[in-house]
Amino acid sequence: MEQKSISLKLKVWKQKNSQTKGSFETHSMNDVSTEMSFLEMFDVLNEKLIQEGKEPIAFDHDCREGICGMCSMYINGRPHGPWHETTTCQLHMRAFNNGETIVVEPWRANAFPVIKDLIVDRTPFDRIIQAGGFISVNTGNAVDANSLPVEKSKADASFAAAACIGCGACVAACKNSSAMLFVSAKVTHLALIPQGDPERKTRALDMVAQMDKEGFGACTNTGACEAVCPKGISLENIARLNKEYLLAGLTSEL
Amino acid sequence: MNWSQLLRSSIGKKIVMSITGLFLVSFLVVHVGVNACIFNDLFDTNDNGDMFNRAADFMGSTVVIRIMEIGLFLGFIIHIYQGLALELQNRSKRKKGYDVQMGNRGSKWYSRSMGLLGTILLLFLILHWWHFWIPSRFTHSGLEVPVLLSNGRISHDMFLLMKVTFSEWWIVLVYVTGCISLAYHLLHGFESAFRTLGLHNSRYLVMVHKLGIGFSIIVPLIFALMPVSFKMGWIG
Ligand code: HEM
Ligand code: SF4
Ligand code: FES
Repeated sequence: MEQKSISLKLKVWKQKNSQTKGSFETHSMNDVSTEMSFLEMFDVLNEKLIQEGKEPIAFDHDCREGICGMCSMYINGRPHGPWHETTTCQLHMRAFNNGETIVVEPWRANAFPVIKDLIVDRTPFDRIIQAGGFISVNTGNAVDANSLPVEKSKADASFAAAACIGCGACVAACKNSSAMLFVSAKVTHLALIPQGDPERKTRALDMVAQMDKEGFGACTNTGACEAVCPKGISLENIARLNKEYLLAGLTSEL
Repeated sequence: MNWSQLLRSSIGKKIVMSITGLFLVSFLVVHVGVNACIFNDLFDTNDNGDMFNRAADFMGSTVVIRIMEIGLFLGFIIHIYQGLALELQNRSKRKKGYDVQMGNRGSKWYSRSMGLLGTILLLFLILHWWHFWIPSRFTHSGLEVPVLLSNGRISHDMFLLMKVTFSEWWIVLVYVTGCISLAYHLLHGFESAFRTLGLHNSRYLVMVHKLGIGFSIIVPLIFALMPVSFKMGWIG
């Protein structure tokens, strides 16, 4: 494959901590290989900044292979940048043109305060999971798979929902800063399989209650979340969560 | 979970929007049906609005319908209050916005503008009540001359009131704007209401999607044709 080099202007958000205001900083970059990933481009820039005695740009990352959900960057007005179903770490510089200005902002939502530069605090998602995104049974030895029959279509839908990596792009894209796509993926993932069934009602009620407490907005079904989700989580999961929640809310004892 | 917790949760608030919204949709069906009686004028030259006036007289003088009207008012008030409150709450969840907007990449402009479209509808509704509902129920201004209906009853000449009201261009224009806002509000709202109530089966979602598009075009179009037809002299 032909390797090209491009020049770029990078307009990046700099912010000391959640208490300070923050502003954009512009960097010119030459000789950016189109084979680099977006984060490698940031690595190159940070190396240069360090050598110049300047402060590098702080950004979140871990796996760099699209599975951990850490690489939260809002690139040119879109969470995770221009490529469909692709995390920032899997985005490559060939997605951009020579001479282009790239604007990089952190996720913006009150519930996700900026910790530094492009890093935001996504622990609200952890607390939502802690509120009910699990099953409380002791896992002994693995049982024979045939002892717990699961309908194929349900197993598939559950598996598709389980693909959510908790990156928060859905919140970043939503005009209401709603976390419903994330919560619906987590609820669906367990609601459709027998292991998750016993706690199905309390799970939906508790996770939504925690979601509201964390300060996320209400879903108005605009679909922006689905469009940016790097794991292709479907909007239908939100409708399923609405059903789970409504049935649980109407039938709970207290 | 008690009722208050359920209805005050983010999903609960959306369920209230959805149920009141669908209730208002059912009202639109009745409203457009009754008003479409004015078009009998096109087929029967002796009608002169008699069919419509009889329908309006029935709606105004039937006790059951007057009681249902109270329910309708409640539906409007809850939908409007909850809608505006929800819009403000949702807006407050992102104090610092983005420099580059996502815009239409991923969602339709009208799905993001339900609060704005609803507010235009509210302003239109206030004018609309002022034009027709308040005169017909309370002040009777513009309805001083009674009309003898073909069923023998004496009633208000609502047909004449429409004709006089829609003789002004600006009023026709405001009504058409109201209808366009309604069309876009429903283009998102109709399907959204079913999703909010938990309809997730894709077979039915496809049906609701198509039904929603049909409803959102046909009903506002028939409404918009009413002021236009009077102004253009097609009827009346
Ligand atoms: C008069 C003033 C009105 C206001 C202020 C208003 C406002 C709103 C708002 C803010 C929403 C929520 C946005 C969303 O869910 O995406 C909404 C939803 C909706 N509205 Fe209205 N609206 C009004 C009138 C109407 C009328 C006249 C109808 C129908 C005849 C209607 C039908 C609906 C429906 C079906 C929904 C969807 C509910 C859902 O998404 O779950 N609205 N409205
Ligand atoms: S639903 Fe998609 S966008 Fe939202 S957190 Fe999960 S993977 Fe990320
Ligand atoms: S760094 Fe792990 S998903 Fe991008």
